[in-house]
Amino acid sequence: MKLAEKFNELKNRNETALLAYVCAGDPDIDSTPRIVESLIRGGADIIELGLPFSDPVADGPTIQAASERALSAGMNPDRYFELVANLDVQVPLVCMTYYNLIYKRGIEKFVKDCVSSGISGLIIPDLPAEESNDLANCCTQEGVDLIFLVAPVTTDERIEMILSKTSGFVYIVSRLGVTGTRSDVTAATSDIISRVRTDIPKAVGFGISNAEQAAKIIDAGADGVIVGSAFVDIIASGDNVEKRLEDLTTEIKAVCRRD
Amino acid sequence: MSDTKYGKYGGQFVPEILMPALEELEQGYEKYRNDPQFLEELNYYLKDFAGRETPLYHARNLSKKYGTKIYLKREDLVHGGAHKLNNTIGQALLAKYMGKTRLVAETGAGQHGTATAMAGTNLGFETHVYMGAKDTERQRMNVYRMEIMGTEVHPVESGSRTLKDAINEALRDWVSNVENTHYLIGSVVGPHPYPMMVRDFQSVIGNEVKQQIMEKEGRYPDSIVACAGGGSNAIGIFYPFIEEDVKLIAVEAGGKGMKYTKDAALHSASLSVGEDGVLQGARTRILQDEYGQILESSSISAGLDYSGVGPELAHLADIGRLLPRVVNDDMALEAFHELSRVEGIIPALESSHAVAHVMEAAESGELGELVVINLSGRGDKDLETVIGLERRN
Repeated sequence: MKLAEKFNELKNRNETALLAYVCAGDPDIDSTPRIVESLIRGGADIIELGLPFSDPVADGPTIQAASERALSAGMNPDRYFELVANLDVQVPLVCMTYYNLIYKRGIEKFVKDCVSSGISGLIIPDLPAEESNDLANCCTQEGVDLIFLVAPVTTDERIEMILSKTSGFVYIVSRLGVTGTRSDVTAATSDIISRVRTDIPKAVGFGISNAEQAAKIIDAGADGVIVGSAFVDIIASGDNVEKRLEDLTTEIKAVCRRD
Repeated sequence: MSDTKYGKYGGQFVPEILMPALEELEQGYEKYRNDPQFLEELNYYLKDFAGRETPLYHARNLSKKYGTKIYLKREDLVHGGAHKLNNTIGQALLAKYMGKTRLVAETGAGQHGTATAMAGTNLGFETHVYMGAKDTERQRMNVYRMEIMGTEVHPVESGSRTLKDAINEALRDWVSNVENTHYLIGSVVGPHPYPMMVRDFQSVIGNEVKQQIMEKEGRYPDSIVACAGGGSNAIGIFYPFIEEDVKLIAVEAGGKGMKYTKDAALHSASLSVGEDGVLQGARTRILQDEYGQILESSSISAGLDYSGVGPELAHLADIGRLLPRVVNDDMALEAFHELSRVEGIIPALESSHAVAHVMEAAESGELGELVVINLSGRGDKDLETVIGLERRN
């Protein structure tokens, strides 16, 4: 399913999208399908499935540790695409990874593997718009969305440039720093959401870990909320993982449904 | 914006959150790099604080023994014991001109961290240094040195617990505090404008050599030999000679041999055997596995223990202007002793790689009759490592 269709469908129902991130292969390769299914049962609208990289500079300790667990479990791009192809889910899947894995596999091969395995979009946190031409051209040709990020420090001029390149949605980084759970939704978050003026869906991530924070983000005008580290923390605990993932998803999705 | 690439290498592969900071840094550097007041102040610090210019020393004993005329560029005599201060003073001064109040840096051997602590303290910054926990263990004296100067040292426990993990952590700090903080990268690596800026600040080495060798020999050397991890001392001495008829040789750490385990290389020779890839902000030659995961590197010297190399060096190697060579741990250790015994100069293990290559290649004639070695650092910091190794053997 295309990301645009999903956002449209939700918009018509007056719902905000819940995007759930987990790292493929964390804690092991066999668990990932059940983890993804739990998130979907709880109401996740889009799954961001991380393809782990050895040096994840945009991520905080939580997701770095998840990447290390997944790499130790033997996750690699071949297994990733195989796993994704075998997922039996009806929601859009987005691959989040770092540029060197794409570059090494070959841009064209990587994007074609996305298409054949059922990946709808790509988020590459270490690939700013300036360096993205080759990948963007290939994604356009193959019909894969390439999602760019904007941050509170991004100037209006850059926002405009980024909006001209992003497709599927625009990923708004809620605050300075790396991924990870935080307890505050700052004024900077509202400011950046209001500065991104576009019809493209706006999904906000980094630091959102509960329903209360999600509600604030939705009030500030987001079309989607992205939750990652809070799910990864549950996975890392190893304690009643599937049930707790589903519960947290249900809780956050509930605030996405209010009008 | 100026060109961010060296041939196909370089660029700015960083999270969006850093792009405005890089833009600001680039503009700041463009504004001050030729500013007379900035340059005057920089020269003052280089001379009176760092102790420049450093001698170009004719190593008579070594020359006699190895049958070719060898000069040592004595960067080991720079304040702090290595060439690193050339860059940290430059960047810290730039950060001050740009209104920043906080410095973060990564360090491998601790040399760059120490040099950052010196510059940061002297220029009034709050200074934080990230250092792989493995390196804080094997370079304890440098940790103490930094702490004594009031710098906060953060041991990094993630990943391989070495330089590349320290860089990741320093980047994360910068991402979180970008408004008041300058990230002081210690080598010619990372996103543009760092490789260019660090090269410019380190070019003082080569510029001095140019003048000194003309005074002493009336000609340029046949070859210049420098060790290369990230490659800042190498590009610093090479850059002013790029247009000249001088052979430029970058010596990388061969570690325990040109072999690999599943997720590690036993060496750090990214220039010699690395592949095209993207690491920590730049496209360059890197050590990676078949999927593009970064391999851990290995070397007896923490300062060369890095999975990538500066993009400009990668480009110079591609076009054949620079010759990469490899020296393993044992050869470096031998050179460490040789220079100590023959000349009474204890070289850093990093610089020992350059010395070792000259010892090995002098006879073959590859180096010509007049050779300059960049003696990038002194070896006091390595005594514990060396003694530890030899007790074990």
